[in-house]
Amino acid sequence: MSVAGVDIERVSFGYESTKILDDVSLRVEKGEFFAFLGPSGSGKTTLLRLVAGFGTPSAGAVRVNGRDVTDTPPWKRNVGMVFQSYALWPHMTVAKNVAFGLERRDVPKSEIARRVAAALDLVGLGAYGDRRPAQLSGGQQQRVAVARTLVIEPEVLLLDEPLSNLDAKLRVEMRQEIRELQRKLGLTTIYVTHDQEEANAVADRIAVLDGGRIQQLGAPMALYDRPANRFVAAFLGTANLIEGDVREGGRFEAEGFALDGLSAPRAGRACVSFRPHDVTLTADGSTLSGTVRHREFLGGTVRYVVAVGKHSVTVDTVHRRDARAYDVGAAVGLAIDARQASVLY
Amino acid sequence: MADASLSLPAPRRVGLLARWETTPFHLFCAATVAIFLIAFLIVPVATVVFVAFWDGQGFTLVHFADFFRTSIMMEATWNSIYVALMAVVVATVIAVPLAYFTVRFKFKGAALIQTLGVIPLVMPPFVGAVAMQLVYGRNGSINLLLMDWFGFRIPFMEGLNGVIFVQGLHYFPFILLNLSAALANIDSAMEESAQNLGASGWTLFSRIVFPLAMPGYIAGAALVFAKVFDDLATPLLLNVNNMLAPQAYLRITSVGLADPMGYVISTILVLLSVLAVWLSLLSLKNRDFATQQRGGGGLSKRELRPWEKIGAYVFIAVALLLALSPHIGILLLSLGTIWSFSVLPDAFTFKHYLTVFRDAGGMMGNTVLYCGLAALIDVVLGTMIAYLVLRTKLPGRQIIDQIAMAAVAVPGLVLGIGILRVYFDVKMPFSGESVATFWVMLAIAYAVRRLPYALRSCTAALQQLHRSLEEAAECLGADKSAVMRKIVVPLMAGGILAGFVTSFATAAVELSATLLLVTRDASAPLSYGIYVYMQSPAGRGPGAALGVIAVVVVAVATWAAYRVAERDRAKRTREGAAA
Repeated sequence: MSVAGVDIERVSFGYESTKILDDVSLRVEKGEFFAFLGPSGSGKTTLLRLVAGFGTPSAGAVRVNGRDVTDTPPWKRNVGMVFQSYALWPHMTVAKNVAFGLERRDVPKSEIARRVAAALDLVGLGAYGDRRPAQLSGGQQQRVAVARTLVIEPEVLLLDEPLSNLDAKLRVEMRQEIRELQRKLGLTTIYVTHDQEEANAVADRIAVLDGGRIQQLGAPMALYDRPANRFVAAFLGTANLIEGDVREGGRFEAEGFALDGLSAPRAGRACVSFRPHDVTLTADGSTLSGTVRHREFLGGTVRYVVAVGKHSVTVDTVHRRDARAYDVGAAVGLAIDARQASVLY
Repeated sequence: MADASLSLPAPRRVGLLARWETTPFHLFCAATVAIFLIAFLIVPVATVVFVAFWDGQGFTLVHFADFFRTSIMMEATWNSIYVALMAVVVATVIAVPLAYFTVRFKFKGAALIQTLGVIPLVMPPFVGAVAMQLVYGRNGSINLLLMDWFGFRIPFMEGLNGVIFVQGLHYFPFILLNLSAALANIDSAMEESAQNLGASGWTLFSRIVFPLAMPGYIAGAALVFAKVFDDLATPLLLNVNNMLAPQAYLRITSVGLADPMGYVISTILVLLSVLAVWLSLLSLKNRDFATQQRGGGGLSKRELRPWEKIGAYVFIAVALLLALSPHIGILLLSLGTIWSFSVLPDAFTFKHYLTVFRDAGGMMGNTVLYCGLAALIDVVLGTMIAYLVLRTKLPGRQIIDQIAMAAVAVPGLVLGIGILRVYFDVKMPFSGESVATFWVMLAIAYAVRRLPYALRSCTAALQQLHRSLEEAAECLGADKSAVMRKIVVPLMAGGILAGFVTSFATAAVELSATLLLVTRDASAPLSYGIYVYMQSPAGRGPGAALGVIAVVVVAVATWAAYRVAERDRAKRTREGAAA
């Protein structure tokens, strides 16, 4: 199986009023598990389809293994795609579905049989070749779709929201399976999802998309710890975003709110972002004081919404048997760990 | 990232084909379809209209002025309008109560009504027309009985009445089916909110239920009007010539292809037909708007009270008998020795069938050949058009679709005249025969007329196919034509087959275009044979036998298509349920 990297070079898609992708560039390394993450309408699926050859960019180029494939039709790309709906052909058996791509490649009959069996074994469905797709459960159909794609030994594997039709428990199992399979085969993989947990769990690197542009690109933890802008901070996990001014010496001020000890490169208008679990609540009003507005018990944590001046701050505290709980209306002090906070301009 | 770029890269030159999501294979399909439609639909019909306004040098209204000055033409016009409207009335009287029964009441008769909705459609009106005269005519079975028992007659079949009666009985299912669908689509919340505000009984029906179902009724009624207005064969067989379509036919066949009056009449037929079909489509378009609300069921159903049940069954029984009377009549006629001035034939025999099998075997062969070819053309073109419309962004694809569908509004008579006019002087390469009367042209005329049925069937089949099924095949190395062969066509097979059979069955009983394009008995199909036999009293028996054969063929084909489509659907859903 020859593995290839993918280069997306300044790709735009759509025309003036209906621009779906706007000057997108990125590089997926050989053997990397890469995720396109974004809300619906962000252009992530469009970008994936361009890699598969469905649609032609209005500007820019797509390279697979250094080869410009921008004008290559899908059937000449050797890029495997697993569709959101699985797209198993109902008029063919499972084995016939899996054999299809090999038949298109004029692989000898005996070898087709061998490779189909191997691919079905790989996804744990060796005994299901004679079934029709409609006789399988959702998870089994998913595996057939994966087997059908892997059997042609694609240079790149594309997965378009592959788990969105499965129930929550199966989703977690399948994503681990897909990840293990990818590691075993060392296959360059691009995975589209709107679920940040899914992207964080499987991907080596993530490109966060919104409005047809890449908002940030990096390893999951890096994105979470150092979001590049307000969109990424809010989209990945929960963030408190407070607009205000950065002063000299790492002090941030907003109306009725202040935070010291930030590492900020320059003064000026900015937004401070910090996670709910980086705030500690105290009974005495230390540096910042506020009033509890809401309280939600979530099991492992208690989530408070605290009014500080005109701002609302979300605070997560770890729950233990003897931990102190604050009632709605209680006056509390807030201690924010400034080293964990980010300044976004 | 994005802000690192100061100047945008030069836009790629995206080819038009890519922008239209079109490949050369699609272009080939589009060209094939376009050439076919232009050559055999647009040019013939346009020629007919053109000739009506052409005096040899330029535009003229003289022919139309002549038309309106000729009293026999004016009489024919009013007769045609009168007959079409009255046929709508007859159809309405039968269809509206039946439709209301099915959606409003819980009773077993609903299944009977469903059957009733199909029975008339399997037999074209002209086949039954002669038999209807023997059953309902002045000296037919019913009037003989009425005379014996009560001493009076009912002029069911006198002159225009005959056309109205035969057509009304044949076409009432159009109203029944459309109106039932419209009634069934009404959200129960519509009715319940009216009840909640105090409406019930007649007020509820007249103010809420009927207005909401009105578009369905109009759609059906407009179709009935158009069909009756255009029909040539039924008036001809009942010997009613003072209507528009027979006048056009007689003009062209007796005065000649150059006579402008035939073209004027054809233009009027096309105009009214297009108007009626357009009205029908328009009212259906608004229906979604009125009733599309999710969640609620249909109208609430209630049990019939005993006396209501009796009334309903009596009505259904009478309607069923009326709907079946052409079928019964034709069967009796085909099996009877002599049937004249008597309630039933004098004696029964199979000799008409033997005559037909001896003499008319060629006609049956011709029908299978012509209609088979026509249906094949239809499904190939239908699949191509459906694919272009649903799977590409080729400019003009909607126009192709609309023109193909517009064939439904072109009367067979007009298409026949147009094809004769355009192709009569074109000769076949070796035989020197006129292209217009070459048998393939008849198959093509059938194909044009039935294309809308096949197209609708193919479009529905393709709509149910998720696009990713094709994209998955492309990813695995199949190009557009391989995707078509390996994925699209096999998955559309049920719909394509249904379209084939519908086209075949309806073409088998098409007579208007046939009458114009057939010149020799040797190349005539079944429908032409029925017409010729029915012209003479001695030929009625064999004509009826041919009619029965045609009806059986159509009925079996329709049933088979239905079964295939059902099995196709069941195969997929059953497996889904088993998982």
